[in-house]
Amino acid sequence: MLTMIKAFFLATSLLLSASLVPAEESSTINIQNQQSHTRILAASCAACHGTQGNSVGITPTLAGLDKGYFVTQMLAFKRGERSPTVMHHHAKGLTEDEIQSLAVYFAQQPRVTHIAPKTEQLKESHGH
Amino acid sequence: MATNLLSDSEIDIQRRRILQATAFGAALLTANVGMARASKPPMGRVVIIGGGYAGTTAAKYIRMWSLGNIETVVIEPSSQFVSCPLSNLVLGGSKTIHDLTFGYSMVSKHHGIQWVKDSVVSVDTNAKRVRMSRGEISYDRLIVAPGIDVNYDRTPNLANAEAQTLIPHAWKAGWQTVNLRKQLEAMPDGGVFVLTVPKAPYRCPPGPYERVCQVASYFKQHKPRSKVVVLDANPEITSKKGLFNLAFTQTYAGIVDYRPNNELVSVDIPTKTVTTEFEQIKADVLNVIPPQLAGKVAQQMGLNNIDKRWCEVDFLTYASAIDPNIHVIGDSVSAGLPKSAHMATSQARVCAAAMVALMSGEQPDPLPVFANTCYSFIDDQQAIHVANVYRYDPAKKVMISAEGGGVSTAASAQEGQYAFAWANNIWSDVLT
Repeated sequence: MLTMIKAFFLATSLLLSASLVPAEESSTINIQNQQSHTRILAASCAACHGTQGNSVGITPTLAGLDKGYFVTQMLAFKRGERSPTVMHHHAKGLTEDEIQSLAVYFAQQPRVTHIAPKTEQLKESHGH
Repeated sequence: MATNLLSDSEIDIQRRRILQATAFGAALLTANVGMARASKPPMGRVVIIGGGYAGTTAAKYIRMWSLGNIETVVIEPSSQFVSCPLSNLVLGGSKTIHDLTFGYSMVSKHHGIQWVKDSVVSVDTNAKRVRMSRGEISYDRLIVAPGIDVNYDRTPNLANAEAQTLIPHAWKAGWQTVNLRKQLEAMPDGGVFVLTVPKAPYRCPPGPYERVCQVASYFKQHKPRSKVVVLDANPEITSKKGLFNLAFTQTYAGIVDYRPNNELVSVDIPTKTVTTEFEQIKADVLNVIPPQLAGKVAQQMGLNNIDKRWCEVDFLTYASAIDPNIHVIGDSVSAGLPKSAHMATSQARVCAAAMVALMSGEQPDPLPVFANTCYSFIDDQQAIHVANVYRYDPAKKVMISAEGGGVSTAASAQEGQYAFAWANNIWSDVLT
């Protein structure tokens, strides 16, 4: 259920904050594209920052993060003003508009505790 | 079979969720967002062949992003998921294969994915039906995510299970990985481990070099008179070159002997002797990483149209160039993109979003952008990374690496911690 609600928060908030959408055409398709575009990009952060920004590791949780803080940190990485780890390689590849859209997206994700999958003994029958 | 593996109660839960979500959305929305579709029948059925990083991620995100309105079926012959990322650490001795082995029950239950443990026999693309060893299932759209197949055309004497017990590839994590570790443990100090690397492209570009570091790390601690000889078919280290070169020549000086432009020609199995274009060398433990191609199902379906190895796709939807109703994701895809787990999940999400759009009569994202981060362990604690953003180029119709990506300045334990966090997060994302 949480997932459903989150998706609708996202859908509605992106519609309401349509100023973020490049104003070429104000068609529904463009808004949907923008929503889908940001969601796909944000989802690729999951490998290090968890599903919808809820990390299970030492990497920061991005869900519910203040928009302004997110943008400030990402721009600092992008401009080389924050000591580099891995993030400068991502921040430099993103446009400022994408950073703004990601900030809005992650700020709206509720903080949830994700679980790690359980490890198992590899079965003898495993094929390779 | 497998037309409906959900119990009635699970279906009821899903129906309730959709109704609640619809009410919630309708109260706030006047525009047609095209997501809430409780009044309509489900949007159709997607069948996914393969439950690796790509296939499992696609299944989860199709369910999430369609709000449960796309019926999603995964066909996978293995009952367990074994992670290739971190599996080189089994060779180094700091992880066991059981630390990297998971079940599918959490992700399938949490997201209402129908999971079929079976092998695909054939696909009738006209009738849109998949025939398995124990039944058949129809689909509206099909995703093929079979990973890689290994190619022993050059060394046909290795193309059987008995030969691979003596000389494993260990390039799909599992019992071959365990076997190779046991051989390294049994090898006396002063022995020679020979690793052959195929020409790129292959699964996990830095993987062979990480493997060299892991074995060298084990030797340095436990068998310091032993050697690692790397016979690389490529003209140079294909990924993170400067960092691996530093590890080979400094961290593991006197242990690692790296020989580029040295392609495998033949193997004598009983003596574990490798012949390349330039030399012959006898190993105590031999690991031949064979050349690779798209997984077997993709081959059977004739989707591997690039060099008869890899599958050409439209990078907006991952629709096959051979049949636009079939989508291909993961390591089988032909692309100037690294064949990494993170990349497989990124492709899977673009494909999942496109699937939801196409099955709703909407346009897929015309300019997808995603990230890739890949860590390699130099020893049991220190890691290095390569990280890039990839952006769709509408003129060239390919994903292009954006400016600003790159590799670590040096190996560090901090990056090792990040690498473990990467593993925990990607496992949680894919498998729960």
